[in-house]
Amino acid sequence: MNTNNTMTTETQKTVKFRIKRQITPDSEAYWEDFEIPWKASLNIITLLMAQHTHPVTSLGHKSTPASYEANCLEEVCGSCTMVVNGKVQQACTALVDKLEQPISIEPMSKFPVIRDLMVDRKRMFESLKWIKGWNPVDNTAPLGEGPRISPSEQEKAYNFSRCMTCGCCLESCPQWSADEGFIGPQAIAQSVLFNIHPTGKSLEDERIKGLIDNGLNVCGNAQNCAAVCPKEVDLIGAISQANWQATKYMAKQILGNGH
Amino acid sequence: MSSSENKKRKIAIIGGGLAGLSSAMKIAEMSLEKKDIIVQLFSIVPVKRSHSVCAQGGINAANKTTGDSTYQHFDDTVYGGDFLANQGPIKKMCDSAPDIIDLFDRMGVPFNRTAEGRIDRRRFGGTLHPRTAYAGATTGQQLLYALDEQVRRYEAEGLVEKYEGWEYLSATFDTNGACCGIIAQNLVTMEIQAFPVDALIIATGGPGSVYGRSTNSVSNNGLAAASLYKQGAKYANGEFIQVHPTAIGGDDKLRLMSESARGEGGRVWVYGDASKTWIDTEGIERPCGETGKPWYFLEEKYPAYGNLVPRDIATREIFKIVYELKLGVNGQPFVFLDVSHISREKGREFLDRKLKGILEIYEKFKGVDPHEVPMEIFPAVHYSMGGLWVDDKTHMTNLTGVFAAGEADYQYHGANRLGANSLLSCVFTGLHVAGPEAVKFARSREKAAWELPTEIFEADVKKEKDFINKLMNLSGTENPRLIHAELGNIMTENVTIVRNNEALRKTDEKIQELQKRFWNITVPDKGNWANQSIRYAHQLYYMLHLARVIVLGALQRNESRGAHYKPDFPNTNIDFLKTTIATYNKDNDSPIISYEEIDTSLIPPRARDYTKKTVSAAGAISN
Ligand SMILES: Cc1cc2nc3c(=O)[nH]c(=O)nc-3n(C[C@H](O)[C@H](O)[C@H](O)COP(=O)(O)OP(=O)(O)OC[C@H]3O[C@@H](n4cnc5c(N)ncnc54)[C@H](O)[C@@H]3O)c2cc1C
Ligand code: SF4
Ligand code: SF4
Ligand code: FES
Repeated sequence: MNTNNTMTTETQKTVKFRIKRQITPDSEAYWEDFEIPWKASLNIITLLMAQHTHPVTSLGHKSTPASYEANCLEEVCGSCTMVVNGKVQQACTALVDKLEQPISIEPMSKFPVIRDLMVDRKRMFESLKWIKGWNPVDNTAPLGEGPRISPSEQEKAYNFSRCMTCGCCLESCPQWSADEGFIGPQAIAQSVLFNIHPTGKSLEDERIKGLIDNGLNVCGNAQNCAAVCPKEVDLIGAISQANWQATKYMAKQILGNGH
Repeated sequence: MSSSENKKRKIAIIGGGLAGLSSAMKIAEMSLEKKDIIVQLFSIVPVKRSHSVCAQGGINAANKTTGDSTYQHFDDTVYGGDFLANQGPIKKMCDSAPDIIDLFDRMGVPFNRTAEGRIDRRRFGGTLHPRTAYAGATTGQQLLYALDEQVRRYEAEGLVEKYEGWEYLSATFDTNGACCGIIAQNLVTMEIQAFPVDALIIATGGPGSVYGRSTNSVSNNGLAAASLYKQGAKYANGEFIQVHPTAIGGDDKLRLMSESARGEGGRVWVYGDASKTWIDTEGIERPCGETGKPWYFLEEKYPAYGNLVPRDIATREIFKIVYELKLGVNGQPFVFLDVSHISREKGREFLDRKLKGILEIYEKFKGVDPHEVPMEIFPAVHYSMGGLWVDDKTHMTNLTGVFAAGEADYQYHGANRLGANSLLSCVFTGLHVAGPEAVKFARSREKAAWELPTEIFEADVKKEKDFINKLMNLSGTENPRLIHAELGNIMTENVTIVRNNEALRKTDEKIQELQKRFWNITVPDKGNWANQSIRYAHQLYYMLHLARVIVLGALQRNESRGAHYKPDFPNTNIDFLKTTIATYNKDNDSPIISYEEIDTSLIPPRARDYTKKTVSAAGAISN
């Protein structure tokens, strides 16, 4: 009897969450509350999947499935960035049992909302063009091995190269906004990545110029970005490295002009 | 777009994973001088978020340091795939693998390094040679980024146009039956549009969603391949679905714990029970380890390959341990995958340098630190060896002007893919076959697609719009998500590790029932802005078709080969040493199954035995 009772309370345990809805880019945002049965190992994506299956609010109103982005479901593609209980993070690794309820789920605030939890992050990919984010190889012909890389250089590059363009750092940065000058920490770290590589180095000056033209000096070194990066990209190291490269570049310009 | 751009020839690539991006890079390079061809790259997700980022363990290429050879790689691949693949293309792939690694090295992939600064290698399943190059445990991500960067470079030069957030729906054909365009839908504005193109490459990856939950990403929904199949493309070897031995469960997805964990010395075990027995290859009955002590069953049963037997074998062994011997951990459907001894012996940092990516995933989702405690794992649907049929030499499907590359095609892996061979086949096909062949084809066409009368395209746009309106207007009682769950459950239950004809027949009936019920759904969102529900329903429609291709292929193949295992027909049967071909029959809305001969001219088929090192008939030593 006793066990039965606990079992019923177990099965009746629920998860309460609220989603910030916005049906079009220009319409008003509003909140909707939902409640679904609790299960072990739920995460924010499983909640959203449940909301898609039964798009009915906790008051019993019929709603629509909330649009969102997600692909890998294991924190490697960068799609599912959202603000969960006030903190920007990946929805796929945000475990329900670790979150206070009702869980609030909102889109990032710094990017234009497309619909509901979907935002427009095109600028992050564009910024990779501004910094010439590539190693300029000659072509795809079989030209033999690449340059020798030491294990410690590899580890440094690998750290920057894990950046999945999720946007957490930009959301948290007090200086960055989608329509203004500052390029932001993600692109800064990527320039530093390509400047490490012996082939990528050849574009270092152009890359640094790209950063300077896009407000590198605006960074106030508040370090919010590094604190929220889910991939532990060394953003602080990258910013100081980029600043040093910028100083070098400017010194060269002055000397160059002086001649 | 200026009008002169409009008048260039176009190649549409659908998918921006490794296969799509390597095709794009190659085509742009070939067009660099004359600037006569523009790549139009379509992808559901921004290409940098494609499923290939999930690949963990590495990419294979023979290398000189370990006594390995490209011939040995070729032999391991053919043998591992149980001879169910044309051998010519595999040989070419293995021969070009070392150059592919060099290219990625030049493009800046941060492969793990040896002390001397050269690319480090680890061992993977189905071989005795460490031939897998890797970047931590996120190799796919690193390879994809390198290609993404090169393609961005060409995009900045105007040779590549990206259509990210667009879903391919179908192909358009000219009066000669050659592909001259595609129809795609914008996933935000929901507009449906035709794009006239001179060649089409399908690089949409695998169809994991047919199984509901798998290790695949959400965008691996199989729609593109299934839609082409309905337009007359042959779908080959659909029944060969790889179930990976080591994954962790979840309601949304099954998360892979890469084979590289075993490549780095990870061991699979359960607590032994000496009162139970197994029978070895000599017919001797042996106890299931010592009671209460770890029993490393793969090491004991397969002394030559140990924990690195090919996936089909490891998966069946784990299945047996759990369901036949009932030796699962605490009676649950799990076995241990243990790397904690590596951490104890060589340190946490050592392990992190090699496997951090996956250990993080385990810890995040299970809340337990795998450096300290063995991981609990079980097999999960992972990869499709089958896919769109393509010509050996050109990778053109049987539809003129439509090419396929990567996991979406059916070549190279036969009845069972070896670990770290998929990334290789994706890049090889894009870079060396589908990419260049599509250029050749597009250049050779008499008339460019943009010169064709617009009516051809308009008719197809209307067809797609009408179909979507029809779905939108349904107002029945069924829920598309629940139909999908039913499909996933029955496919997982009956069309994975162990298959039998009775269950397969029932599964096919069930799918047909789901197909009927599909027309009684309601799409919960009727809007025309970023409507994900209508896309979901549309994808489900195609998944149901693809499911039947998989099931009927399995039903009719009365043998066991690689990933396809039927206890009632436990051995390979030479009569089935053939490629399964499914074609769509409009009259009864069902697949017709036929078979095609396989080229085994280079390595004569031999029985697989991973308990011993064997010698291939062609003379290559070991395996
Ligand atoms: C967890 C995991 C780990 C793996 N590890 C390894 C490994 O270590 N080594 C190895 O060799 N292999 C590995 N594999 C297998 C390998 O990752 C895949 O086979 C490979 O990445 C497939 O690449 P692809 O280019 O064919 O397609 P994908 O990378 O799957 O890309 C498909 C693309 O198509 C797009 N798309 C799909 N449908 C449409 C449509 N209708 N319209 C527009 N775009 C569409 C998607 O947006 C995406 O861009 C692993 C697989 C998994 C699941
Ligand atoms: S250090 Fe501060 S200001 Fe600079 S990029 Fe990071 S969050 Fe922004
Ligand atoms: S640096 Fe970190 S937070 Fe910023 S985009 Fe990259 S992965 Fe995301
Ligand atoms: S879905 Fe890929 S990071 Fe969350």
